[in-house]
Amino acid sequence: MIIPVLIMSAMGILFGLGLAFASKIFKVDTDPKVEKILSALPGANCGACGKAGCAGLAEAIARGDASLTSCPAGGDEVVGKIAEILGVDKCSVARKVARVGCGGGNNAKDKFLYQGVKTCAAANLIAGGQKACSFGCLGFGDCVVICPFDAIHMNEDGIPVTDIEKCAACGKCVSACPKNIISIEDASEKYYIKCLSRDKANIVKNACKVGCIGCKICEKLSKGAFIVENNLSKLDYSKLSDATPLKLCVEKCPTKCIIEAT
Amino acid sequence: MEFNQLLMIAISVIFINNFVLSKFLGLCPFIGVSKETRSAFCMGLAVTFVMTASSIITWAVYSFLLKPFHIEYLRTLSFILVIASFVQLIEMFIQKFSPALYRVFGIYLALITTNCAVFGVAVLNSEMFLKTAGNFSKALLFCVTQGFCAGVGFTIVLLFMSGIRERLELCDVPRPMKGMAIAFIVASLMSMAFMGFAGFRF
Repeated sequence: MIIPVLIMSAMGILFGLGLAFASKIFKVDTDPKVEKILSALPGANCGACGKAGCAGLAEAIARGDASLTSCPAGGDEVVGKIAEILGVDKCSVARKVARVGCGGGNNAKDKFLYQGVKTCAAANLIAGGQKACSFGCLGFGDCVVICPFDAIHMNEDGIPVTDIEKCAACGKCVSACPKNIISIEDASEKYYIKCLSRDKANIVKNACKVGCIGCKICEKLSKGAFIVENNLSKLDYSKLSDATPLKLCVEKCPTKCIIEAT
Repeated sequence: MEFNQLLMIAISVIFINNFVLSKFLGLCPFIGVSKETRSAFCMGLAVTFVMTASSIITWAVYSFLLKPFHIEYLRTLSFILVIASFVQLIEMFIQKFSPALYRVFGIYLALITTNCAVFGVAVLNSEMFLKTAGNFSKALLFCVTQGFCAGVGFTIVLLFMSGIRERLELCDVPRPMKGMAIAFIVASLMSMAFMGFAGFRF
């Protein structure tokens, strides 16, 4: 009875000492930041960041190959901790969201009756989709299906809307949309034009109730923060000042395609 | 004569009694690390290496420690202890002397410290070659061959699987079957195909 116990304990102690000794001999000096970041990360090795485990991401962040926000599982808290370790300002990390650049949906007319497979990708193959506006959303919700965070849903107008709280700006909807309507934008940029049509005013008006007709009212009101180019208004955030009457622009837009995100 | 036996062991372990597809050991990395060929190959290399090395070391533990003291029933415990600490040691060694190789193995080396396929090789070795009293060096040769070939078999199957799964990515798989579901079905078909090496018995 005593011999097996002795032998097993001896083996345990031997290997334990051996490993302790070996870790001294084979010690590799690593960046101390890596270990600190590693302890800040969730440590689940889920692989959602695309790296082989948390250790891989910690190294990449320390090297500067990955951004602070690379860990989708960690959320804000982890970003804060890592920012502290690296000594950078957490506020400099701008939160991004996916934004749908079309308000058409049920407001836009169809140019033919489409009865094929109910996906945007399939509909887009037939003359660019059934919508009369060739820039607009087809409304079958490929983006809704692909979203891994359940952050994008169809609203009553038949247009996908992102849930800013849930959106992780992973960009999956951007690549899923055959019309390239969705883009990743700064969450702080609240005002945007919910139309991408570069058609002339009469074509836009015939196709859709809420399309940008390039009337330049916003350009005049905002004194150059909105710029109309190719019959499409665009908001330049660098030219924005406190005096810019954004709310007035939203109000005065004749087709109501300037949107204030909530 | 001896060469024939070695060849038999090799063919048996690589094809007929393949660790993954016939013995169902090491299924975790088989499903987990078979998404792309490169990482599958690295994993295969790491497993082959660990299996070969742990065959040697468990041979030593079994024949010089467990057998003389008649405590073979402690096999499971001591093998786990030996393999786990040995792999840790190897990992430190590689990290120190070959950072490039360390990067290739990456997290996989740590993942397989307590992999059941590695442990399975050690147990099978002791069942097949070590229990019977006999020539130490001959048993060592058999153990190493079995360990190495089990690793080769694992690598081959992992490469097959990753190749198929890479192609599956491009296929139009019905939505409920996407991802894991189709991977499991592929695994079962592969398993049936490999079972064919053993011949059909009714």
